[in-house]
Amino acid sequence: MTLLDVRGLTVRTTDGRTLVDDLSFSVASGERLGLIGESGSGKSLTTLAVLGLLPDGMSATGSIELAGTQIVGAPEKRLTAVRGRDAAVVFQEPLTALDPLMRVGRQIAEPLRVRTGLKGDDLERAVAHALEQVRLPEPERIARAFPHEISGGQRQRVALAMALACDPKLLIADEPTTALDVSVQAEMLELIDTLVREREMAVLFVSHDLAVVAKVTDRALVMKDGRAVEEGAVHTIVGAPREEYTRTLVASARRLESALDLRSAR
Amino acid sequence: MTQADVLSPVRPKKTSPGTRRNRRSATLVVGCVLAGLVALLALVSLFWLPYPTDDTSGGRLAGPGGGHLLGTDKLGRDLFTQVMTGSRIAVEAGLGSVLIAATIGVTLGVLAAFAQGWLDDTVSAFLDILIAFPTLLLAMLIVAARSATLGSAVLAIGLAQSAVVARLVRILAKRVLAHDYITAARTSGTSWSRTVAGHVLPNIWPTLVVNLALQFGLAVLAEAGLSYLGLGAPPPNASWGRMLQEAQATFTTAPVGALAPGILLVLLVIGVNLIADGLRDTLDPATRRRRA
Ligand SMILES: Nc1ncnc2c1ncn2[C@@H]1O[C@H](COP(=O)(O)OP(=O)(O)OP(=O)(O)O)[C@@H](O)[C@H]1O
Ligand SMILES: [Mg+2]
Repeated sequence: MTLLDVRGLTVRTTDGRTLVDDLSFSVASGERLGLIGESGSGKSLTTLAVLGLLPDGMSATGSIELAGTQIVGAPEKRLTAVRGRDAAVVFQEPLTALDPLMRVGRQIAEPLRVRTGLKGDDLERAVAHALEQVRLPEPERIARAFPHEISGGQRQRVALAMALACDPKLLIADEPTTALDVSVQAEMLELIDTLVREREMAVLFVSHDLAVVAKVTDRALVMKDGRAVEEGAVHTIVGAPREEYTRTLVASARRLESALDLRSAR
Repeated sequence: MTQADVLSPVRPKKTSPGTRRNRRSATLVVGCVLAGLVALLALVSLFWLPYPTDDTSGGRLAGPGGGHLLGTDKLGRDLFTQVMTGSRIAVEAGLGSVLIAATIGVTLGVLAAFAQGWLDDTVSAFLDILIAFPTLLLAMLIVAARSATLGSAVLAIGLAQSAVVARLVRILAKRVLAHDYITAARTSGTSWSRTVAGHVLPNIWPTLVVNLALQFGLAVLAEAGLSYLGLGAPPPNASWGRMLQEAQATFTTAPVGALAPGILLVLLVIGVNLIADGLRDTLDPATRRRRA
């Protein structure tokens, strides 16, 4: 069953620039799709468009169907219903993804409360449970901490816990490991991989790092300048890239000796 | 940290955050003492005054001493009594204006920040006009429509300031709203009201409080100015501004009548500004983060 169906998505600014150009792809329930491309290729905008969260002064045309709901042109009310329930997101920057002035526990409690209607002690227990699930030690202490009192890796786990707390059908991860150091990055990928497999959750995983995408997804879409360049199984893309651009991407990933061995993707 | 460290005017290049914090809290303490002095006079005036406000038994322009701590004005009224009611009026003017400015300003500012597109544009244009509109003209219009009372002056000042506050709140709120954590909250189905109460207000209030403290000082000055022009509280309520105006003609022979309200006005405004300055650092999230 198709969970997310994007047809001819085009994102334009009011001053006429086309940032995403006639993009089409789909994600089936439980499927994991990678979105690869250099910086500025429109990956983040694509994920924002999927949630109806494009910044001021940008508009989308085409069709985005998320779990049967048309996102393009949908009123805010319908979008609110879809968000969280059908799709949730983890962002690139762990520092800005959490409110600096709100205790971590409260930030996770909010989506949990919205979804489950739990209150008081039950809600607190659910928060601790959510933190445990992302393998955070001492969940009680972390729940009471402010974001600046925990490490970047821990913050990113908290952000993941927040997204999972909604129990979405689709998890959108926008470069969730880019800001982390190499060893933490590997752990985080491992965690995302296990958790989404356990839940049979579909994933739209954004990264400019081919090796990272290879680790978590089976299929990948390569983007350049807002357009789809190549689409296919990750191991085909890594092993036998058809397009020139993809080839450069693979070559540069090799050159940079990406922390996560590319060979694992073969 | 020693006493000399805190007081020494020549500072070594590198100040530890701790030193800076102590200096800030010193600012805060001095500010509280200065403003507190006036606040105390205002508070006492609610329950006790040396003379009734319309008592003219003291003889014209009596010097300090002899039953009148600061002497009397040209109508024979006790100056200390007037200075005390003046303190009360000043504090009321400051609080009242800031309350109006905060209520209207925060509401409009948050609304404009959330509403993108035409509503934001409309509110912003309206605010720009209101800010460009002279407070004095606004005050004269309000006085013409109602009458010259403290309430009219406060309304005029508060309205003028609410535009300034609204513009600030709009910018601050917009900056908060641009953060990923707001998007994350929105994707998890958090309602607008909860976003405002839980994320926007807590993140803007340190800056907001500092600005409101500054607005308080400005409001006190503005009220003094308006009552100097006869657009403030009517007699026998002695506002500092009117005291200054009345004592002007006899300044060379009886300077106390002008000096007393003038000095208190300066003390209150400087005190409030010092408080604002001290709060800026105490409440600054960046400093708070560093401390933790
Ligand atoms: N708010 C905005 N206003 C105007 N242009 C924007 C805005 N956000 C992004 N863009 C432009 O849209 C294009 C695509 O941006 P996007 O953020 O989707 O890139 P990306 O592929 O996610 O890059 P990265 O890997 O660096 O995150 C870029 O050229 C960028 O300059
Ligand atoms: Mg991006």
